[in-house]
Amino acid sequence: MSETVIEATGLTKRYGAAAAVDGVSFSIAPGEIFGLLGPNGAGKTTTILMLLGLTEISDGEARVLGHDPVREPLAVKRRVGYLPDAVGFYDNLSAADNLHYTGRLMGYGSVERKTRIADALERVGLSAVAEKKVKTFSHGMKQRLGLAEILMKDARVAILDEPTNGLDPQASVELLELIRTLKASGVSILLSSHLLDRVQSVCDRVALFSAGKIALMGTVAELGRQVLGGGYAVEVEADAGDGVALRLGAIPGVRGVRETAPGRVRLLCDRDVRPEAAAAVVSAGGRLKQLALDEPSLETIYTRYFQSAEEEARNAA
Amino acid sequence: MRREGSPWQGLGVVLLKELTDHLTSARMRVLEWLVVLTALAAVYAAITQIRDVTAQDPFLFLRLFTTARDPLPSFVSFIGFLAPLMAIGLGFDSINSEHNRRTLSRILSQPIYRDALLFGKFLAGLGVLAISLVALWLLVIGLGLITLGVPPGGEEIARALLFLLVTIIYAGVWLALAMLLSVIFRSAATAALVTLGLWLFLTVIWPALAPAIAQAFVSPDDQVLQITLGQDLARLSPSTLFGETVLAILHPTTRTLGPVYLDQLQGAIMGAPLSLSESIMVAWPQIVGMIAVSILLFVAGYVVFQRQEVRA
Repeated sequence: MSETVIEATGLTKRYGAAAAVDGVSFSIAPGEIFGLLGPNGAGKTTTILMLLGLTEISDGEARVLGHDPVREPLAVKRRVGYLPDAVGFYDNLSAADNLHYTGRLMGYGSVERKTRIADALERVGLSAVAEKKVKTFSHGMKQRLGLAEILMKDARVAILDEPTNGLDPQASVELLELIRTLKASGVSILLSSHLLDRVQSVCDRVALFSAGKIALMGTVAELGRQVLGGGYAVEVEADAGDGVALRLGAIPGVRGVRETAPGRVRLLCDRDVRPEAAAAVVSAGGRLKQLALDEPSLETIYTRYFQSAEEEARNAA
Repeated sequence: MRREGSPWQGLGVVLLKELTDHLTSARMRVLEWLVVLTALAAVYAAITQIRDVTAQDPFLFLRLFTTARDPLPSFVSFIGFLAPLMAIGLGFDSINSEHNRRTLSRILSQPIYRDALLFGKFLAGLGVLAISLVALWLLVIGLGLITLGVPPGGEEIARALLFLLVTIIYAGVWLALAMLLSVIFRSAATAALVTLGLWLFLTVIWPALAPAIAQAFVSPDDQVLQITLGQDLARLSPSTLFGETVLAILHPTTRTLGPVYLDQLQGAIMGAPLSLSESIMVAWPQIVGMIAVSILLFVAGYVVFQRQEVRA
């Protein structure tokens, strides 16, 4: 099979004159979790619908597992599992019956359906409520049932739209854990979210959406380096010692030193410099009290990026 | 620009699911009761009336369908109301409920085309209507056999069957309309209200309005034009088409559905029934018209649905 699982080149969706998605290009490698992040209305869902062939592509091209979603939507949809934003099921049917319907649409025979459904419900932890009607389900259970549907299809790609939206912290942690196990079983995952910090933990790479365009793309660490200058921040708290700040600043990889409070220093650096920092404090005769590494958070990257973009726009005007 | 695969893939699955949904729903319980009560009322009314006037009618059995007795309407007019209402009741939320339950994008992300979903739903609705109407028809025939004690002749049965078929087609028109509006309006209540409003307009108001419009636009000197124009306008309503078709089929003496000229009456034996094929010829344009309207409405719904965004 092809090297990339999903390949989008110059994907564009226009509604009248306005472009909801404007020349978006990205590719997803096998076994990768790729995050489409950005505020509501930035074009994430539209991009997903174009990849599934559920909405027309105005311009550009998409390939999903080597298939064109415009020409061969059935081939794409057979191999891709989709969990829509706030997924719905038929309330009057049981969880298993809902999956039976999907299974029949997939063309599975009745014996195959039974084993697949039992297996999928087991994996998402819904076996006990398989015969319960879906109207009794909580939002989190419906999301898990949606994942079970993807598991049942044996999809090679899972597209999850806002999977943690509206879930309580406990339920979203469970869901993210399920997503990780999905990845472990070799499924490539494309997920969209506006909850940056929740999603940061599962994504291998992310694309930050803004007004229909991809503003930034890469691993979280790369983005941190790109936007925040230094990718890492190390907090050092130490008792006096002469010239600690100077010595810390001399460590290779440190880009900046800032004293945030007496005895507290914040280092901006390209890599994790904690061992060198500890050594520097000790050799300066100081007593190290605390040493902490702040990994760049998507939230910071995101706000910082758009702040600077706004400033640039203002300066240009 | 050919797309891969068959548009009918998954049609059978959707059809079966929708049929199961309909047949197990509370709506179906209501429909069943309506069917039974309609049959009883219609037969009761017809029987008492027929007993009073018992004549040497060669089509006594067909009177079962067409005889009314105050204050009850005849079976035919019962059906004229019941069939559209049943169709609207089954179709008004077919697509928008999928939107509102947020199941649409999930179902459409399975390997089927939208065609299969829409057509499957239409066929399932038509199937349920057919089942109800056949049950109703059999009930009336059966009750008629018991109470009249006269077996129907071959031609009577043929005409009654044709009437059943026409009724199913007529119900299909309203089902297609209800589905079109369920695609257009996101709210099921709005769709139901608009469909019922259109039904009321086309069934009750338009047939009365059409002659008035003709009168307003054609000079009173040209009586023929006035009448034919009024009739043509009225025929824009499917309920007019249905009424005329039923008239031609169940009253074998009906020779024409338009104005009769004196020269056409030359040599005609008044009151002599037409043969079945001739009756069909009389109503053929109306029957074709009803089929055409339902196809047009379905196609309109199809086009709108294909272009609609699936996101909620």
